[in-house]
Amino acid sequence: MKEIATEVIRSPGYWSTVLRRFARDPVAVIAAAVVLGLILMAVFAPWLAPQDPLQGMTLRRLRPPGTEGYPLGTDELGRDMLSRLIHGARISLFMGIVPVFAALAIGATIGIVAGYAGGWTNTLLMRTVDVFFAFPSVLLAVALAGAMGPGILNSILALTLVFVPPIARVAESVTTGVRTRDYVEAARASGAGALLVIRKHVLGNVLGPIFVYAMSLIAVCMILASGLSFLGLGVKPPLPDWGLMLNTLRTAIYTQPLLCALPGVMIFITSISFNLMTDGLRSAMDIKA
Amino acid sequence: MALLEVRGLVKRFPVKTDFLGRTASFVSAVDRIDFDLHEGETLGVVGESGCGKSTTARLLMHLIAPTAGTIRFEGRTVGTPGLTWKAFLRQVQMVFQDSYASLNPRLTVSESIAFGPTAHDVSRREAEARAHSLLARVGLEPARFAGRFPHELSGGQRQRVNIARALAMQPRVLILDEAVSALDKSIEAQVLNLLLDLKDEFRLTYLFISHDLDVVRFMASRVLVMYLGRVAEIGPTEALYTGSRHPYTTALLGSLLSMDPDRRTSASPISGDPPNPINPPAGCRFHTRCPYAEVVCSAQVPALAPVASGHSAACVMSQPGSGHSRAAGKAA
Repeated sequence: MKEIATEVIRSPGYWSTVLRRFARDPVAVIAAAVVLGLILMAVFAPWLAPQDPLQGMTLRRLRPPGTEGYPLGTDELGRDMLSRLIHGARISLFMGIVPVFAALAIGATIGIVAGYAGGWTNTLLMRTVDVFFAFPSVLLAVALAGAMGPGILNSILALTLVFVPPIARVAESVTTGVRTRDYVEAARASGAGALLVIRKHVLGNVLGPIFVYAMSLIAVCMILASGLSFLGLGVKPPLPDWGLMLNTLRTAIYTQPLLCALPGVMIFITSISFNLMTDGLRSAMDIKA
Repeated sequence: MALLEVRGLVKRFPVKTDFLGRTASFVSAVDRIDFDLHEGETLGVVGESGCGKSTTARLLMHLIAPTAGTIRFEGRTVGTPGLTWKAFLRQVQMVFQDSYASLNPRLTVSESIAFGPTAHDVSRREAEARAHSLLARVGLEPARFAGRFPHELSGGQRQRVNIARALAMQPRVLILDEAVSALDKSIEAQVLNLLLDLKDEFRLTYLFISHDLDVVRFMASRVLVMYLGRVAEIGPTEALYTGSRHPYTTALLGSLLSMDPDRRTSASPISGDPPNPINPPAGCRFHTRCPYAEVVCSAQVPALAPVASGHSAACVMSQPGSGHSRAAGKAA
């Protein structure tokens, strides 16, 4: 074969097209900026927080937002709300993101294997997953966390198990759709092994939709994690977690309603930003050739 | 010895399963077909939709597992330690009908072409070089097309890429499953000429599946006619087109449009739809639509029997002593 040494013009790839389309969606870009801001806030919490989030002053309990020295007031133990909210981003985001990524790794593997193999393998894997899917997610999370006992690690495990079934289902259905496409058949017809075909021809076409779906679960996961903390099954005091803060400030709802709402506002902003960002990503990826 | 020998190939698809998951009824998409593919020839395969043409191609490419039957390549049975499927698939490649669906939308043209060789341990560099030279060979300038994605190409260009992809494996047999059917007539002619050139250049053997009888006549040296999963007739192209021995072939050829006004017919040469393949008719599968059907036709399944040199038909009319009034009397 003779070598053809010419400069090949490479067309913009799929992901750069997606990025360009995403950038044209103002809502999605703002949501992504908020998400990025929250992540930066979590990373740099010790430098951003004006005070120690754990050190309280019993004399200055439940001050309203705007009090001098405490821009967002103080909680029921006199700790600075602003500092606690900033530090809370660390645990809350961690609890929202880690279980989803763990579930993504497990669920996508199960779903892709089931979808690609089909037949008995599919039935066995997916019916097992369906058993977990039969429980409402909140109930399952509470039951698992309750059974394993409170704690960050246990609630991460519980939440991971909760999110494996839906991700596996999405992965299975997307893979089943791709598997019968002619290009996968052509790849199989070239004599390539299953792993190579999956890596080169299936993954690139299924990971995008699965990933976007998983991203949309981050908001749900954060809310569930907050719920577990609220019920006393997740993060234990005095660690600042938005869900836990919501729980402990509940008693002050009539005296300082604004103060009580603050952790809820943070949960709301975070989850809606994640949702809007994934919505934008989803429509940016929906390219009709 | 034929390059590729297909013997007793059967594929049944389950249609209904009972509550225990056992197959209650099935479709025989391909029902005991035999044929040989000789080195250097183009064997055309024709037949109506659903007659099993594509299933046969997919069976040959091991995309679906056969229910029964053997495939031999150069005398060695495929799927045995003597000749693994992987080794066989290096020699036999396929071009699909849908040029868009058969290219991975996330891979560039050259990545798609280079995939097959790299799966067979050809270095990435070598595979890339092969992709570029094949692109040039199928008429797509590598510098302009190698880095493009399938959706940026026209149907004809995509089918050229698919041909290059199949050739990248350096096969000896190319299965063309309706490879030009979806193209415009002008593009179709260009691609057909390209296929003829490539056949000479790479010394290929074609299995050319199509429902277009004119295209098959242009391309094929021999033709195989399929009806409801069985071989109705097989023979040299000209002999078969001018002197078909199976009434189904005759009807199929009668459906061709003629340029000659005197030969135009208004009566349809064949009526009705093919029978339900779940419950195929007993005896000859064509007897329900055959103008010459007699009692004997539903009594026995006609075997594929030679009628002339290299020409066989599965019809009792061409079998002496079969009992059909149009058949010759008792064989001597």
